[in-house]
Amino acid sequence: MMAAHLKKRVYEEFSKVVQQHPLEEVPAKKLRLTKPSKSAALHLDLCKATNPTDALQYLLQFARKTVEAESVEGVARILLEHYYKQETDTSVRLKIASLLGLLSKTQGFSPDCIVDDAISTLNNEKSHQVLAQLLDTLLVIGTQLPDSVAITQRLIEVACKHLSDTYFGVRNKCLQLLGCLGTVDKPLTKESDATTGTSGAPTRDVQSVISDYFADQDPRVRTAAIKAMLQLHDRGMKLQQTIYNQACKLLNDDYEQVRSAAVQMVWVLSQLYAESIVPIPSSNEEIRLVDDSFGKICHMVSDGSWVVRVQAAKLLGSMLQVSPHFLEQTLDKKLMSDLRRKRTAHERAKELYASGEFSSGRRWADDAPKEKVDTSGVNLIDSGACGAFVHGLEDEMYEVRTASVEALCLLAQSSASFAEKCLDFLVDMFNDEIEEVRLQSIHALRQISIHITLREDQLDTVLAVLEDSSRDIREALHELLCYTNVSTKECIQLALLELLKNLTKYPTDRNSVWKCLKFLGVRHPTLVLPLVPELLSTHPYFDTPEPDMDDPAYIAVLVLVFNAAKSCPTMSALFSDHTFRHYAYLRDSLSHLVPQLRLPGKKLTSGLGSEACGPGSGSVESARLFLQDSLAHVSMLQSLEAPGAQDLLDFTIRDLQRLGELQTELAGSADFCATYLRCQLLLTKALQEKLWNIAVPLCLKQNAMASAAVKQILEETYKLEFLYSGLETRQVATIHHVRLQAKALQLVLTARTKRGVDPLIGISEKFIQEVESFQRLFMSELPHFQESFVEKLLEVMPRLVACKPLDLVKILQTTLRQSGFLHLKIPEQIHRASATIIEPTGESDNPLRFTTGLVVALDIDATLEHVQEPQNTVKVQVLYPDGQAHIIHPKPGDFRHPGPGRVRLITQVYLSHSAWTEPCQIEVRLLLAYSSSTSKLSSPKPAWNESTEGLPQTESSIEGTIPLSKPVKVFIMPKLARR
Amino acid sequence: MPEIKVTPLGAGQDVGRSCILVSIGGKNIMLDCGMHMGYNDDRRFPDFSYITQNGRLTEFLDCVIISHFHLDHCGALPYMSEMVGYDGPIYMTHPTKAICPILLEDFRKITVDKKGETNFFTSQMIKDCMKKVVPINLHQTVQVDDELEIKAYYAGHVLGAAMVQIKVGAESVVYTGDYNMTPDRHLGAAWIDKCRPDILITESTYATTIRDSKRCRERDFLKKVHETVERGGKVLIPVFALGRAQELCILLETFWERMNLKAPIYFSTGLTEKANHYYKLFITWTNQKIRKTFVQRNMFEFKHIKAFDRTYADNPGPMVVFATPGMLHAGQSLQIFKKWAGNEKNMVIMPGYCVQGTIGHKILNGQKKLEIEGRATLEVKLQVEYMSFSAHADAKGIMQLIRMAEPRNILLVHGEAKKMEFLKDKIEQEFNVSCFMPANGETTTVETNPSVPVDISLNLLKREMALGGPLPDPKKPRTMHGTLIMKDNSLRLLQDPHSDADTLTRIYTHLKSVLKAYTIQHLPDGTVMVESIVIKVSSTAEEPNIKVILLSWSYQDEELGSFLSTLLKKGLPAGL
Repeated sequence: MMAAHLKKRVYEEFSKVVQQHPLEEVPAKKLRLTKPSKSAALHLDLCKATNPTDALQYLLQFARKTVEAESVEGVARILLEHYYKQETDTSVRLKIASLLGLLSKTQGFSPDCIVDDAISTLNNEKSHQVLAQLLDTLLVIGTQLPDSVAITQRLIEVACKHLSDTYFGVRNKCLQLLGCLGTVDKPLTKESDATTGTSGAPTRDVQSVISDYFADQDPRVRTAAIKAMLQLHDRGMKLQQTIYNQACKLLNDDYEQVRSAAVQMVWVLSQLYAESIVPIPSSNEEIRLVDDSFGKICHMVSDGSWVVRVQAAKLLGSMLQVSPHFLEQTLDKKLMSDLRRKRTAHERAKELYASGEFSSGRRWADDAPKEKVDTSGVNLIDSGACGAFVHGLEDEMYEVRTASVEALCLLAQSSASFAEKCLDFLVDMFNDEIEEVRLQSIHALRQISIHITLREDQLDTVLAVLEDSSRDIREALHELLCYTNVSTKECIQLALLELLKNLTKYPTDRNSVWKCLKFLGVRHPTLVLPLVPELLSTHPYFDTPEPDMDDPAYIAVLVLVFNAAKSCPTMSALFSDHTFRHYAYLRDSLSHLVPQLRLPGKKLTSGLGSEACGPGSGSVESARLFLQDSLAHVSMLQSLEAPGAQDLLDFTIRDLQRLGELQTELAGSADFCATYLRCQLLLTKALQEKLWNIAVPLCLKQNAMASAAVKQILEETYKLEFLYSGLETRQVATIHHVRLQAKALQLVLTARTKRGVDPLIGISEKFIQEVESFQRLFMSELPHFQESFVEKLLEVMPRLVACKPLDLVKILQTTLRQSGFLHLKIPEQIHRASATIIEPTGESDNPLRFTTGLVVALDIDATLEHVQEPQNTVKVQVLYPDGQAHIIHPKPGDFRHPGPGRVRLITQVYLSHSAWTEPCQIEVRLLLAYSSSTSKLSSPKPAWNESTEGLPQTESSIEGTIPLSKPVKVFIMPKLARR
Repeated sequence: MPEIKVTPLGAGQDVGRSCILVSIGGKNIMLDCGMHMGYNDDRRFPDFSYITQNGRLTEFLDCVIISHFHLDHCGALPYMSEMVGYDGPIYMTHPTKAICPILLEDFRKITVDKKGETNFFTSQMIKDCMKKVVPINLHQTVQVDDELEIKAYYAGHVLGAAMVQIKVGAESVVYTGDYNMTPDRHLGAAWIDKCRPDILITESTYATTIRDSKRCRERDFLKKVHETVERGGKVLIPVFALGRAQELCILLETFWERMNLKAPIYFSTGLTEKANHYYKLFITWTNQKIRKTFVQRNMFEFKHIKAFDRTYADNPGPMVVFATPGMLHAGQSLQIFKKWAGNEKNMVIMPGYCVQGTIGHKILNGQKKLEIEGRATLEVKLQVEYMSFSAHADAKGIMQLIRMAEPRNILLVHGEAKKMEFLKDKIEQEFNVSCFMPANGETTTVETNPSVPVDISLNLLKREMALGGPLPDPKKPRTMHGTLIMKDNSLRLLQDPHSDADTLTRIYTHLKSVLKAYTIQHLPDGTVMVESIVIKVSSTAEEPNIKVILLSWSYQDEELGSFLSTLLKKGLPAGL
């Protein structure tokens, strides 16, 4: 016992070394020592075990440890040996079987060596549970060796053999095996002399074998059979159409899991054989398979189990090939009252509207049934698709309703006529009891709104939601209104009225409402035109009082009018004098909401602005040309030391910055180029300093300047790398290259200022590592780096590695100065990440008072643009006047996605501080966190078992933050608690 | 042939006084025990003399099951149990048990205190009656006695409404009570599993109606109320205390919450407060939304809805008032109506059906001048709206339930004969099952074909498996040999080790597994042939346990024959 204990101790100590290794870079040699002990320890343990319970305990402990790829085989052998020789207890055998499966998954281990043994264990096994587990192990092995045809074939044979087992678990696993490994090109050979007495054709393909089990007595096996079939489909095998009928039968199974899987299968088949023809039972007609299956899945929307209902509703959304006739049936529900035909509320609303009698008070029996229904004609059981969505949208479970809305939306996007029909139903969903569903139906309506024009009564219902107390709902609705087409000028008036009401009720919606009105104006200039005098309250004879320019409601009206006026030149004739003045003011203060107008006789904003921002696409093209030209000029420069080169660079940077301001579409690219050029300029300037010639003690000042430049360059390179999206590898390499140069310069500077060699050793080693990692990362890009700094370095690399730090510094110094200027290739589409804090506005003079020691929540509302993975990268920073800075990570749920590339952050940050005597301002801003290890191009992390002799750690990852938004000041006042 | 008999005492081709007798497997069960709203004489209660002329009902009934608390389903309960006499168990769900006595007491008060009837049950009788009630939970199988078991399913309709499955042995009946297949603001939809009962007894109130989506009605209702309140008008909603009132409350409450409205909503007190209390308690019986959010806030703890005081009716400004009764024929709702009728800004919304002759009915028909109490005329200027909120399944819903339960026979109750006729045709046409619609007192008999379960011994089963062949298929009969033992009430199928045929089969199986290379045949004349060797088994009548095995072979097969004889002398392996 003692020996075993010692052995374990030894083993454990070694295992610790393994885990620490990546941190401390222990030489690889030490590690080899541990490997044999692994299997040996287990062997000893198992031999020691006197009873099954002990053995099981050992195995359980063993399962918690990791095994190196090299020793897996040994361990597996020991386990198998133990399995054969001694074990009578099923639980131990079971555990061994499951361990074999786990071991087979070890990376870098090829389990083909234990396949034979694993298969042969099956033959003698009596316990069904162990058998199932062994098959599971075989499944793991099989999936690890997808290329070995022979093994796959053997495993399939094994599976077929055990398919007739009486235990459902074994059958399940066999089916799973067949699903994961079965092939369709090679028909399965069932050994004709096998003990199973089945006669018939000796060769059957895997699909027909699996489909035999669709009628199994056990629902779990039926489910497994369908899943196996779906697995085959996932693996790219074409399912045969013959199983369609079987699958349809399974839709009526007693068990929900079977039905659920069957729905999927019917769907898969409908996608595969959409156009084939199937007969309708009990009639001579035939229909397309996709229509038939659509009807059947629709039927499942009123299934007894909500899981199935959800699934059916979801799948409906992706059946786009269905015929329009069937599609429209899904919304069909013939109403009947006391055997008389009745019109639905939707139909009535439409008729009322058509007859011009909108919104008359409802009388009793207004919906009184009209004509008598022919009793034989009424179909109470929905045949096929009838009313599927009517059911789905009225379902008890909100999951089903959500799924139905989703499906409705998808189907409507591809069919304009269906979109028209489902409009009423979606609008009805705005009144759902659960907010999520309401929100989703608003989004859905927005997505299909290109197809539809809202009627006045429909718009009325939609607008009623504007009073909702949930901000998300209101904003979603504003978004929807931005895309909505309406039919009459009354609609515009109605919408404006409701939006203004919304504005007075919820003043924080200001921006959103304005934006909404902007689009409403742009979309319906002709409808706005007749409303203008009323909206601006102008009078043909009398002057009306000038409205208050600060009134958000008035601004809202103006935004609507001005945007409509953009494509309706006659409108401006209706403006009064103050309107023109207000226009000039708004054009300046809210330029994103108010477009450039061509006003007759008024040259208020002539010249610069109108030319730069004039007609759209042409100017973008010319701006792009300009950008390319300027970069081309710069690329003529061979070296930046040439006279006039720096001036040119200076001018180009200035031009680019201006271009970015003028042409928002190119802002990203222009900024990016300008920043890059500035880095180059800084680098050149730093190198040009006279410091290289002066004796060390005399050049402190220059040194300081140069090191400041280095710092700035490093900062800028991180910005370049992480703030811009859409970079290509080439650009990232260029950025890294600049950074490398800056680091080299830093090294040189350190060498000059610091006395002694010791501090240099570490830094220079690190530098060399960085050069190496650059080479590794950007191998493919190296040809573009001719004559560059890095190329020159790599030429002398062998020397660098060997030489002393001081020599290295010398080499670097000369290389830096000799290396040419690396030109930038303009990337196609670059966007700069940016953020604006909308709330708090920073305008409030009332300090936020709270008791010290307690917290106060500050609402933050910000929009982010072009930020990738905002959930992980965006942080909120709070800076207190005493210099304390807190960084807060917003919850993932606080980020909403109103549109592509845009993210809205609505969160709360908690503030707290000790008592102050006076209110003071704190600064709130958003930061973009980065770490160089998450860089877009960093090499994939080496697997843990590789790290032993792996390359030295690539880059010590550098983490930092980049300010993303302008800071906003908030007045706060923590007070002492009153006693 | 065993049969199930169903006799409606009430609700047969009629709405009201639901009471259905079921005889199944020798048990008698009464389903619901309601009263008829339309009568004030003896016809008000079911005719219990059908069951027995004199004496108590206890010995004739095994149990009584009440589906929900509406009086047309439970109104006659104290009369039956206390005045006619029944001491057996009465089953109902917890909410029904809680709310039922409140309604019964109210009903008693109106009949006795207001109308001055005598010979009616007393408060004490209601209490005594409720003591006999056994509460049940959803999906809980309750064993009434050794053979009879009942199980409740969710029915929607009102709080605590249940459908019940009654089962004796393999025979079963499902009674739906009233149910609703579309969820509403406070209750979910009825649900039942594929229990395949012999008879499904379903209500058919809306047998000939297919309803429009609930959402339109809700939206209309909310819009009306909202608009009126916004213009500063008052809204009166006459309701009955339980059921729809709660739904409308929730609807308005959530809408107020959503839209941030400030106008007060009042609920005239009385029954409702007590009932609301129970709604708060029985959260598990409500719909998904209320169940999921009650941890943050119980939806029935109304924030905006307050108790009404009669002085509030004169308060200025907008308000919404729920008042009883629902048809504006008396009480608080009528008083408020009189006060508000003169102003065209106000509105009255009738959420349900109004009986002819009530003020509700008159104003719905557009009458502008009303005579009240014979004297003054009242001018009706306020707007009158009608909104139907009903919680019964429509024709489609009934069909959906039938599809869910897959019954063998269907029996329609609780509906009008003419409408049932239509539904009956449809059911028979669509499902191809027989459908009945007995009138009150008419008995429907359904023959059943119950399967008789037999326990089979494990050994026999294992041997059957070992004999090979495909796995048992539930759809195909299969013959096997064994001994059937009938003892007490159970049937057991045992392995019979003593028959000759059985021994022969075992020998056959054994040889088949040992001698793979030879042709072995089991001949129908009771012999086994191995190549040309014949094996027979026989035994004497005196000693059936001693088997004589006969092997005969010709000289040519000497070798195989002697091998076989030695093999058989060793005996059969234990597994066989």
